[in-house]
Amino acid sequence: MTADHPRPPPRRRFFALGRNELKGLFWQVLVVGIAVGVIAFLWSNTVTNLSARRITTGFAFLGREAGMPIADSLLAYNPRDTYLWAFVVGIANTLRVAVIGIVLATILGTLIGISRLSANWLLSRLAAVYVETLRDIPLLLQLLFWYVLMQALPAARAAWRPVEGVFLSNRGLILPAIPIGSPQLWVLGTAVLGLVLFYLIRRWLIAQQMRDGKPRPAWPFAVGLVLALPTAVSVALGVSWTIEWPQLRGFNFVGGLTLAPEYFALLIALVTYTSAFIAEIVRSGIQSVPRGQWDAANALGLRRSFMLRQIILPQALRVIVPPMTSQYLNLTKNSSLAVAIGYQDVVSVANTTLNQTGQAIEAIALIMAVFLTISLSISFFMNWYNARIALVER
Amino acid sequence: MTAITDIPEAPRAARRPQMGNPVLRWLRKNLFSSIPNSILTVVLLALLAKGMFSFVQWGIANAVWLTSANDSSACRAARGVGACWAIIPEKYRFILFGTYPFDEQWRPALSVVLFIALYYLSTRRALWRRELVYLWIGALALISVLMWGGVFGLSFVSQDRWGGLPVTLILATFGLAFGFPLGILVALGRRSKLPAIRSLSVLYVELIRGVPLVSLLFMASVMFPLFMPAGFNIDKLLRAQIAIILFAGAYLAEVIRGGLQAVPRGQYEAADALGLSYWRKHRLIVLPQAIRHVIPPLVNTFIAFFKDTSLVLIIGIFDLLTTAKTAIIDPAWQQFSVEVYIFVAAIYFVFCFAMSRYSRSLEAPTTPK
Repeated sequence: MTADHPRPPPRRRFFALGRNELKGLFWQVLVVGIAVGVIAFLWSNTVTNLSARRITTGFAFLGREAGMPIADSLLAYNPRDTYLWAFVVGIANTLRVAVIGIVLATILGTLIGISRLSANWLLSRLAAVYVETLRDIPLLLQLLFWYVLMQALPAARAAWRPVEGVFLSNRGLILPAIPIGSPQLWVLGTAVLGLVLFYLIRRWLIAQQMRDGKPRPAWPFAVGLVLALPTAVSVALGVSWTIEWPQLRGFNFVGGLTLAPEYFALLIALVTYTSAFIAEIVRSGIQSVPRGQWDAANALGLRRSFMLRQIILPQALRVIVPPMTSQYLNLTKNSSLAVAIGYQDVVSVANTTLNQTGQAIEAIALIMAVFLTISLSISFFMNWYNARIALVER
Repeated sequence: MTAITDIPEAPRAARRPQMGNPVLRWLRKNLFSSIPNSILTVVLLALLAKGMFSFVQWGIANAVWLTSANDSSACRAARGVGACWAIIPEKYRFILFGTYPFDEQWRPALSVVLFIALYYLSTRRALWRRELVYLWIGALALISVLMWGGVFGLSFVSQDRWGGLPVTLILATFGLAFGFPLGILVALGRRSKLPAIRSLSVLYVELIRGVPLVSLLFMASVMFPLFMPAGFNIDKLLRAQIAIILFAGAYLAEVIRGGLQAVPRGQYEAADALGLSYWRKHRLIVLPQAIRHVIPPLVNTFIAFFKDTSLVLIIGIFDLLTTAKTAIIDPAWQQFSVEVYIFVAAIYFVFCFAMSRYSRSLEAPTTPK
């Protein structure tokens, strides 16, 4: 293969394909052939094994009665419901921990990432210790640790009360809550509508400012549409927003919002673990904005909040968003560790189903389908967001 | 959003004569630079002191360090006020080596030492040559002989008696040793011009990365027997190992692909101009550069992956975390799981922290030659 051996002159073409194309074709046929061969081999084995064990394939089992208890669920469920409904309840539980986990981890991670850059030496050291410790210990170990701590909490009667109305006991965390019924939902719906309207108006205002350079305040619209409008609807309909305080009756609590120990432990573990990674992402994002941008903004005499919002954040976000997406995906996938402490997410439900029915292939296919769907939706949303904030180059 | 720390000092400040005690100056600059900052420092110090005080009370002052064999009464007396570190000397052999025959436990211990030596040698830049591959093959073969035995007068120990730290290191190291070449092949496949090979690689990477490792491990433990011909059965540990290799391969492939993209086009063209074949071009020219580019993210992937081996707990394989969890099933010691978890967390931490320090040292700018 050295320069001393010149290549032979190209031969006559075979079916109008060059030497390289033929070689490429050969490799592709070989690799696809091996892949198809392996899959066919596994498939035929599986079919033989399933018929030997008298397991019928297919998703017919989803219509049967599940008979498994699900203690903590967002949706109404009882063991006489079908496997299909059990799966739906499991998916809802997965989403419940993933969505709230993502929101809390983002807030906590951002705070810690900013703390690491603080001029206060003590604060930045503490943040660094937090990040290093949590990143270097397996999440499953942290999860088991939090769960053990939850179980070691006092019984309901001797519950800790960090704040009035909040109880922490081995029954989990009990918070005061506002009961949400359909009248309250109407009011919240108006608020969402107001938010959408506000977003559209703000876009229009910015477009106007781009044309003539005059700044137009957007906050009166925000107050009007997002606060005043729902308040007016609430008063007009006479919706009540009384807070329901939890109370100890006998051995348990009545009223309020209960976060079961399993859910609470999983949430804490996921949020603290992921926030350590998010902190590093936020820190490197802020550090990636060149010094000159800060100096230039200061030289223009911009207010600090305006500078952060309009100069620094847009540039930092470009660095932050792509790795943040993979952290959100990780958090969602890591929520499947719930199976280790008995929080019934979709993996846990699928595992029980698998043990009860023997429908291994279907159960695992369902887990994979659910996670692939969630992963693709998160990637899709974050790619859209990333494209929106990306640098528009000429 | 307070100020950013690494602002280069203005030259004016450097010329001004520095007054006063350097300690006081440091304190004023870093802890008491403004009124809000001083308040923050005081609040943090108070919280830190309170936390440290209760930890020292629990973990050192009131702790029970040693008891006579299998006697947890002293610990139970101190429960709630002091830690029971006595559980560690009581259980450490089981936590570290699982159910490996007690008199033979020097073999897994020696394996752990060999693993650590292997990791250490792999971090030496001077040794990044072809010989390192032979070293890995030799060391892994030696570890297999030590763990299994059956030759050189060592008694045979089947792998369902293995447990603890060696199993964690085996899962991670073998996963890496096989996942890395797999990752290289898949990364090359994903950048190949051949559509069939490219789409197979994309399918593999996206499928594996889209689902949690737990579901792959379930697949390995439940579905694998269905996939194989009747009567053919392989061990649970090996099945988990295969799942981990496939998992590692997909993640490593993405990191390596990033490195391949960073190799300038001219390098490929120069290799083509020399008339090198595809494989020689990649082996001699492209891959060495590509991998050098991505060593820090590769080390970060190794860390993630080392921690993820603990997930085999869910399918009941005796790695370090599972032995720890099993050690506290013993009713006499059941209440002292926090101490055991802290002990195991410290072991994981030492490994991961060493790796992350190493990755950081690689990232530090090196002086150009």
